[in-house]
Amino acid sequence: MNIQAIRVIYKYEMLRAWETILQSFISPVISTALYFVVFGAAIGSRIQTVDGVPYGVFIVPGLMMLALLTQSIANASFGIFFPKFTGTIYEVMSAPISFIEILLGYVGAAATKSFIIGLIILATAGFFVPLEIAHPLWMLSFLILTCISFSLFGFIIGLWADNFEKLQVIPMLVITPLVFLGGSFYTIDMLSPVWQTVTLFNPVVYLISGFRWSFFEVSDVSVELSMFMVLVFLAGCLITVWWMFKSGYRLKQ
Amino acid sequence: MQPIISISNLSKTYASGHRALKDVSLDIKAGEILALLGPNGAGKTTLISIICGIVNPTSGSVRVSGYDIISDYRKTRSMIGLVPQELTLGAFETVWNTLCFSRGLFGKKPDSAYLEQLLKDLSLWEKKDSELMALSGGMKRRVLIGKALSHQPSVLFLDEPTAGVDVNLRKDMWKIVRHLRETGVTIILTTHYIEEAEEIADRVAVINNGELLLVDNKDTLMHKLGKRQLVIELEKPVTAIPAALSAWKLDLSTDGYFLSYTYDPLKAQTGIAELLQALSKAKLLLRDVNTSQSSLEEIFINLVNTK
Ligand SMILES: Nc1ncnc2c1ncn2[C@@H]1O[C@H](COP(=O)(O)OP(=O)(O)OP(=O)(O)O)[C@@H](O)[C@H]1O
Ligand SMILES: [Mg+2]
Repeated sequence: MNIQAIRVIYKYEMLRAWETILQSFISPVISTALYFVVFGAAIGSRIQTVDGVPYGVFIVPGLMMLALLTQSIANASFGIFFPKFTGTIYEVMSAPISFIEILLGYVGAAATKSFIIGLIILATAGFFVPLEIAHPLWMLSFLILTCISFSLFGFIIGLWADNFEKLQVIPMLVITPLVFLGGSFYTIDMLSPVWQTVTLFNPVVYLISGFRWSFFEVSDVSVELSMFMVLVFLAGCLITVWWMFKSGYRLKQ
Repeated sequence: MQPIISISNLSKTYASGHRALKDVSLDIKAGEILALLGPNGAGKTTLISIICGIVNPTSGSVRVSGYDIISDYRKTRSMIGLVPQELTLGAFETVWNTLCFSRGLFGKKPDSAYLEQLLKDLSLWEKKDSELMALSGGMKRRVLIGKALSHQPSVLFLDEPTAGVDVNLRKDMWKIVRHLRETGVTIILTTHYIEEAEEIADRVAVINNGELLLVDNKDTLMHKLGKRQLVIELEKPVTAIPAALSAWKLDLSTDGYFLSYTYDPLKAQTGIAELLQALSKAKLLLRDVNTSQSSLEEIFINLVNTK
């Protein structure tokens, strides 16, 4: 195991976040605060409670997920895309390092960043509304697993993308709709039956449902099913990334 | 002695179908400086990239210190440093950080003292806190060398280290390379400049169109370089070289008009005077006499064009 390599990749990826701290940590906080003002205050004043939870509080897990998913994907995809784009990836490829070590370095750093952002948003939310977390351990597990699996997903996108456009397309065209339609701001049973069925094919629904359950014990699907789906997604990403490295996909001719 | 790098029957066909390397076999000796000479698109970078693990070979194998580059990639890669042809560097890291990064990537523990000395040797110490994008092209090239040396490799690949570099920096570069060789590092450099090969290489390999055309000691080549040719044009063509002239091992052109004599101008007796006497004895009338010198450049161009 090339521990030193993991250490430097992780360290310099974190350093990059630190140097762009405004973009890395502050902007997600600002956008979350804006969501709070718009959804929590404006809409929340009309919809009093959802399943017995005040609306402003109800949307906290969804908001966190929205930020976690977009940040994980953005960080991890950029982290690997950029060296590919500038050509500096040659060094990683010529180093005595295995794909697991590359993953631990890049994805580990991206996941850590998202985790920190998640905590910051949680603290910001606590500033706007009173928060109680019913199952802190479940909450942390969902938080960590989401950071890891979506950083992996971002890493895959970063490997796959061969131009900036592709790098942006997936987060914009796929992830944002999935999160918005995944019940960030409502429960599934508010939808018509047809849409309820359609929604069950949206993986983000399980994520948000499980995460919300760990806060308020209200959920669209059972928490075990949520956890199972998160693990399935994680496994899917791991297999994809393993195959990509194995075949040298988009990296080696 | 076991070669430090042993390339056997290496071929590479890119996905485009282009055959960039064709059955290349080459042994590189420990501690030597090998210059890899060849025109654009010859396959130099491809060859280096395969050895370093950046490009997959299509067939054939490469061993570094006896270890296979694929099954024992950790061992082989940690012995190798690579300075790429393009100036590929990040933008916002500092010189110091990028060196620390490279060293760690290759599995070495941090060593500030070594990196400090390295930066001083490369005249980059004053720039250690500069961002990479604020450096000139020549400095960037030196940072790349620094990165390649940051993990103390025993083999260094320099892919056109002096392309687009001014005369002073080129001399600096040669000094660095010679100094490295003294410390026992094996150096493989690619270049388009014959003078560069002549200046610092121990051996020269010529590659064209993916084929290895020649590998020879530079001195042997320089010896060929030292040879001159005397070309004698006759008034009337002959069908064969007269027996009296056999001692000079002359070559006769197909049209029978030209006799050529290859000699070493450094020898005390070139044999030219005797040859001219022998020619007049044999009643051959001379029309013109010409001498020419073959250069490494000529050898190179001949090799590249005839294949
Ligand atoms: N990724 C690739 N896909 C397809 N063909 C490639 C690729 N990389 C290189 N080639 C082709 O392989 C051949 C050898 O290229 P290579 O870069 O090894 O040449 P080189 O000797 O380093 O040339 P130069 O002196 O210009 O650097 C060229 O014809 C090039 O077009
Ligand atoms: Mg090249």
